[in-house]
Amino acid sequence: MDFRFSEAEKRFRAEVEEFILQEMPPGYAEKDLYWPGGYGAIGEFEVRDPAVEKFREKMGERGWLTMAWPKEYGGGGHSFIEQAIFFERISYHGAPGMDVSALISGPTILRFGSEELKREWIPRIVKGNLKFWLAYSEPNAGSDLAAIQTKATIDGDDLVVNGQKIWSSGAHVSDCGWMVARTDMSAPPYKGTALFIVDNKTPGITIRPIVNINGFHSFNEVFFDNVRVPRKNVVGDMNMGFYYLMVALDFERLVISMGSFRRRFEDLLKYAHNTRRNGKLLCEDVRVRSKLAQLATEIEIAYLLYYKTAWMMDNNLFPNIEASEIKLITTLLSRKLADAGMEIMGQQSQLWPGSRHAPIRGRFAVGYLDSISAVIGAGTSEIQRNILAQRGLGLKRA
Amino acid sequence: MDLGLNEEQEMLRKSAREFLSKECPKKLVRELDESDTGFSRDLWKKMAELGWIGLPFPEKFGGNGGTLFDLIVLLDEMGYNIVPGPFFSTVVLSGFTLLEAGSDEQKQSYLSKICSGEMVMTFALTELDGTYLPKSIETAAKNKGNHYVLNGTKLFVPDANIADFMLVAARTKSSSNPEEGISIFLVDAKSPGVRVTLLKTLGRDKLCEVVFEDVKVPEKSLVGKLDSGWPIIKSILRKATVAKCAEMVGGAQASLDMAVNYAKERVQFNRPIGSFQAIQHYCANMVTDVDGSRFITYKAAWTESEGLPSDMEVSMAKAWTSEAYKRVAVLAHQIFGAIGFTMDHDMHLYFRRAKAGELAYGDADFHREIVAAQLGL
Repeated sequence: MDFRFSEAEKRFRAEVEEFILQEMPPGYAEKDLYWPGGYGAIGEFEVRDPAVEKFREKMGERGWLTMAWPKEYGGGGHSFIEQAIFFERISYHGAPGMDVSALISGPTILRFGSEELKREWIPRIVKGNLKFWLAYSEPNAGSDLAAIQTKATIDGDDLVVNGQKIWSSGAHVSDCGWMVARTDMSAPPYKGTALFIVDNKTPGITIRPIVNINGFHSFNEVFFDNVRVPRKNVVGDMNMGFYYLMVALDFERLVISMGSFRRRFEDLLKYAHNTRRNGKLLCEDVRVRSKLAQLATEIEIAYLLYYKTAWMMDNNLFPNIEASEIKLITTLLSRKLADAGMEIMGQQSQLWPGSRHAPIRGRFAVGYLDSISAVIGAGTSEIQRNILAQRGLGLKRA
Repeated sequence: MDLGLNEEQEMLRKSAREFLSKECPKKLVRELDESDTGFSRDLWKKMAELGWIGLPFPEKFGGNGGTLFDLIVLLDEMGYNIVPGPFFSTVVLSGFTLLEAGSDEQKQSYLSKICSGEMVMTFALTELDGTYLPKSIETAAKNKGNHYVLNGTKLFVPDANIADFMLVAARTKSSSNPEEGISIFLVDAKSPGVRVTLLKTLGRDKLCEVVFEDVKVPEKSLVGKLDSGWPIIKSILRKATVAKCAEMVGGAQASLDMAVNYAKERVQFNRPIGSFQAIQHYCANMVTDVDGSRFITYKAAWTESEGLPSDMEVSMAKAWTSEAYKRVAVLAHQIFGAIGFTMDHDMHLYFRRAKAGELAYGDADFHREIVAAQLGL
């Protein structure tokens, strides 16, 4: 074993770091209230910021939006360890990350899409100025995603879509939906679901805001009333969408925002060093020390699992267990970090961003509420435990 | 980065699993646990022949030329199977002390005998308060010209009941700095005035009380420099801590494997209990704890093995593993239900060791405080 970065990895890390510090939109990291693991305070899900798009285009110029893609499809040829380094640095500095289009849609289109689909969408995704929202969840299909009811009926060269999506993060500030709908209700979901791109401007789409627990408009519910989607927008086989979607989950494995856990922890360390209570620095308080040490340990374990996952992917090993473990660990950590942080900061911790008395810009107050979402979004902790038990340990489904 | 084991380590892991399941079955584990010696000479001889006892020591002293990290891989497996006996005290506590601080002559005569399996050794460190802090060392060694005279009581000394020799940490000078004035002596366990009493403990590992009463120790038995023993002890404690973590990780893995296998077979309500989500989620929590403990332990072991500053990593590993192994063992017990609560069942062998392991070389609170200090707090 060797836990050190190689020279090439160190060089790449320095390059990413330098790029971020030079090109990041001014004031972005201070303004953005993203909480590690959470879904409700991601600035990009709320507003469309031209400065963010410019930053992303610059990442695109360096090939960093496509570095995850297989080399044979023009990918960046970076290792997964390097990708992990990239995401870690981006999230550490609170810079805007990758869009759904580059993270999920691009690799899926490259793997399963037609030549036409590739020609139409890939160049735009690579450039970095196309924004997709994920049209997966429905009111009656959350953890049980196979239960989706939205229908896509073939009519000539079009699909006619009717139904409803929900928890659609950033749908109102996106260009297109990356969507699944049922083509054949009588077939099992994995044989009767289409995966396709739907342009937000298509007539019949209504987007209604859902205000989340933090008071931010990040989610939406989206209604489809006889929405006509050209058949050429369908990815691969008309009825195999559910399978493609499951495969695409692998592309998200390293999207953990690992660096932001460390960054917020460092905020807390600094606070403990600089704050007196009862005439004594917080960092001298044995309870504070113990809490911080515990957080540091859990963050270290998460980091190890994170790089282990990337390393396994580089070595053609399947990190099924590790990927679920890291989701489980980091999302629980998201809560612990917010809670322990608030306990350490005491009364002041409840102050919302904007108050001049709010420590660490009120980030932990937002984070405390937002961390509720970490263990729910993108596969709840319970779903992760099911995967670990069934796929990882071979226990049977009930 | 390279986050996998190399080929030799994989082979070592595999062969250790096979060897121990054959040569150290649970029947033997129980016999040894229940005996007064906890020691099988036959198994010891075989482990020496396999080169395990000399694994991390240089070839010129009869060792195998491996690293601390190699040893960690082996200890993971030894923890998995449970291997009673003085391996830990002889190899980790004593072998590394001699290697790091012993004179050439001491290495030639003692480390070589350790590697060959001829000599069992332990380290008498902790005293009545059971802590791993320098100020707790009160056993005194008084210089009487060409020899020293030891007086004091050591507690929780592993395997002193069968050790041929003991390393003893004693105070040779009083100083306002408790780290100063500690020296290490190599003492023949048969020396007049050495009294060993086996302690009855929850873990059934062979911890002893060792009383030194006017024990005469020749001057040449000093290991390392006079009054400067503490830095050596600190280095040995780091190795012992991470080595204990490795054993615990192995034990946690075994508890998980046993429980998962049982969950697949045990039928209630007409189906295997492993098909119930409550049980599945226990198992998911267990595997997450086991893997997390292993990664942090291996990182710590690698760091120490490479000679890099490792205080933070080692303490993180022990803080985490101490609690994680207990969580895993408790959930395993829950899955086994009543049968796991019996002496006949194997689970208690692990449950006992999870607690004993937590207490050895500092518990979670102790190590979190070290992590905090390392964080600059």
